[in-house]
Amino acid sequence: MIANNMKHALFCAVITLVISYPILGFNLEARGVDITISGASTFTLVMVALAALVVFAFQLFRDHIMSALAAIPKPGSDSHKEPMEENRRAQIQSWILTGILVLALFWPFFVSRGSVDLATLVLIYVMLALGLNVVVGLAGLLDLGYVAFYAVGAYTFALLSDYAGFSFWMSLPVGALLAALFGLVLGFPVLRLRGDYLAIVTLGFGEIIRILLNNWTSLTGGPNGIGGIPEPTLFGMEFGRRVKEEGNTSFHETFGIAYSGEDKVIFLYLISLVLAVFTALVIRRFMRMPVGRAWEALREDEIAARSLGLSRTAVKLSAFTIGAFFAGFAGTVFASKQGFISPESFVFLESAIILAIVVLGGMGSQLGVILAAVAVTILPELAREFSEYRMLIFGAAMVLMMVWRPQGLIPMRRIHIELKKQE
Amino acid sequence: MLEVQNLSMRFGGLLAVDQVSLDVKEHEIVSIIGPNGAGKTTVFNCMSGFYQPTGGKILFEGAEVQGKPDYKISLLGMVRTFQHVRLFSQMTVVENLLVAQHRHLNTNLIAGLMKTPNYRKKEQKSLDRAAYWLDRVGLLDLANREAGNLAYGQQRRLEIARCMVTEPKLLMLDEPAAGLNPAETKDLNRLIVSLKEDYNVSVVLIEHDMSLVMDISDRINVINQGRPLASGTPEEIRQNDDVIKAYLGEA
Repeated sequence: MIANNMKHALFCAVITLVISYPILGFNLEARGVDITISGASTFTLVMVALAALVVFAFQLFRDHIMSALAAIPKPGSDSHKEPMEENRRAQIQSWILTGILVLALFWPFFVSRGSVDLATLVLIYVMLALGLNVVVGLAGLLDLGYVAFYAVGAYTFALLSDYAGFSFWMSLPVGALLAALFGLVLGFPVLRLRGDYLAIVTLGFGEIIRILLNNWTSLTGGPNGIGGIPEPTLFGMEFGRRVKEEGNTSFHETFGIAYSGEDKVIFLYLISLVLAVFTALVIRRFMRMPVGRAWEALREDEIAARSLGLSRTAVKLSAFTIGAFFAGFAGTVFASKQGFISPESFVFLESAIILAIVVLGGMGSQLGVILAAVAVTILPELAREFSEYRMLIFGAAMVLMMVWRPQGLIPMRRIHIELKKQE
Repeated sequence: MLEVQNLSMRFGGLLAVDQVSLDVKEHEIVSIIGPNGAGKTTVFNCMSGFYQPTGGKILFEGAEVQGKPDYKISLLGMVRTFQHVRLFSQMTVVENLLVAQHRHLNTNLIAGLMKTPNYRKKEQKSLDRAAYWLDRVGLLDLANREAGNLAYGQQRRLEIARCMVTEPKLLMLDEPAAGLNPAETKDLNRLIVSLKEDYNVSVVLIEHDMSLVMDISDRINVINQGRPLASGTPEEIRQNDDVIKAYLGEA
């Protein structure tokens, strides 16, 4: 037993060394035009050795450690507890959600501008993830090009404001509808595809949109992007120091308060909050409607669904279209928040991150997806010092999640339907 | 009400179904029997639109349905079960029945989002219908269980209930007794007869359990190696020499 563990532990320790020493042990330094390699500081080397030692010790005494861990009762597990009564649980949940929402409404007035800005970004990701959740989590269609619809929403707003002078509020529905239209159009060719094939086609579609935006220089400005995208207005009141458009008034003058750059940020945050809540509520309704059940039925068993009279075409297209619609929403908000967009913002990595959020949160589970969106967006910001290892940490977190909680942070709960006894 | 005329189905060089004819009148239970690999399920797949038959006609209430997409055939009122149970296993038992009533429901998205009175009325009606059928097949207490967690016999019954909530005119059952114990088979027997008697549904049945087939069928069609071998009442089939030969081998 021990001898067996010893061999395994040695192997693991050596692997740790082999992987971490080249990554951490060498530094590339640019001296003029030359690049030289220099060894890392002794401290780093000691830490690498220490890490290998920890791995070795853990693997050697793995059985003891694991059994000791198993002995600790898990606080989260309620397998032996009576399940809470259904309506009571729902009641408590709705109270907590209302509380969080109220907190989210007033919170930005007490924190720094940077945090509010980050929170807006979080909410944009919440919208995106909720939309993708419809396509991947509910309908079971693996979409790797979701960012394309996000780009459509953002560019619609940018172009409309640039060429036709549309405001944020006019562009919001237009951007969402146009993204939905793109979803519909993409839906048609991929209807027959499933699984891997679908993933590859959607991946291609995402890249096509990005490359198109990159190369259609006369319209989109190519890699230079589009700047000067207006911020949203509140009933015609602008949030800038000076009014840009004629006929508008400025927010701070109307209310006779001193100009503050923060007003604008907070306003955008509140808009995102309202839109994210709207997205969550609408999709929640959809999930309990025939269309939502049809999505899931098609994911569970396509043949059975068809034999019961569900049209594969209609169901898949509706999932694609509705998912894309909310990505368009998020795109419009994003364009307005940044004030400048370029194809850089819509690379494949974005699609991957949104998909990761959905998988981490728990496919189909709205609460889980929201939580994961918050975590995935905020954690890298908190870990700024380790910015070089961000993707490393992200990957490790994904692996650990899949090992310990493959069903996601908060797995989807089925709604409980009360039936009346028939006489 | 259903008429299958000279149905043929060819997969490459293999003629799986060859000139099979079949007719089902209203208020009738018709069985298709035959050895394994005889092409019974292929006939079903052609009838329900999963396959496009390479020859022959299928008339349902006088209209040709061969080659129509499967979901349209199902909407006409021909609904089937599967040899291997195909439930939406991660959805609850009620949800399985609600999905099946898709066409009875108001699928207008806006009406659903607004919860219009009309939408609610229909939703309630479909819930009532689901409850009725769950009660009928004895699964009401398990309504909020995940369908995949049910016992096998319960899954079989749920699949039949799921067909019945669509209010079909013709029900096609593909080996409904497979994997059931004798007591469950007896229940199934009663259920199928009651579907015919009380709900006025015609039934086409593929089955290997001879006691079930002989008990409840009004007429039986025997298929062997894709070809029709015999058809008639259970009594006639029991005494048919060809059938005995096909089933028992030549003495």
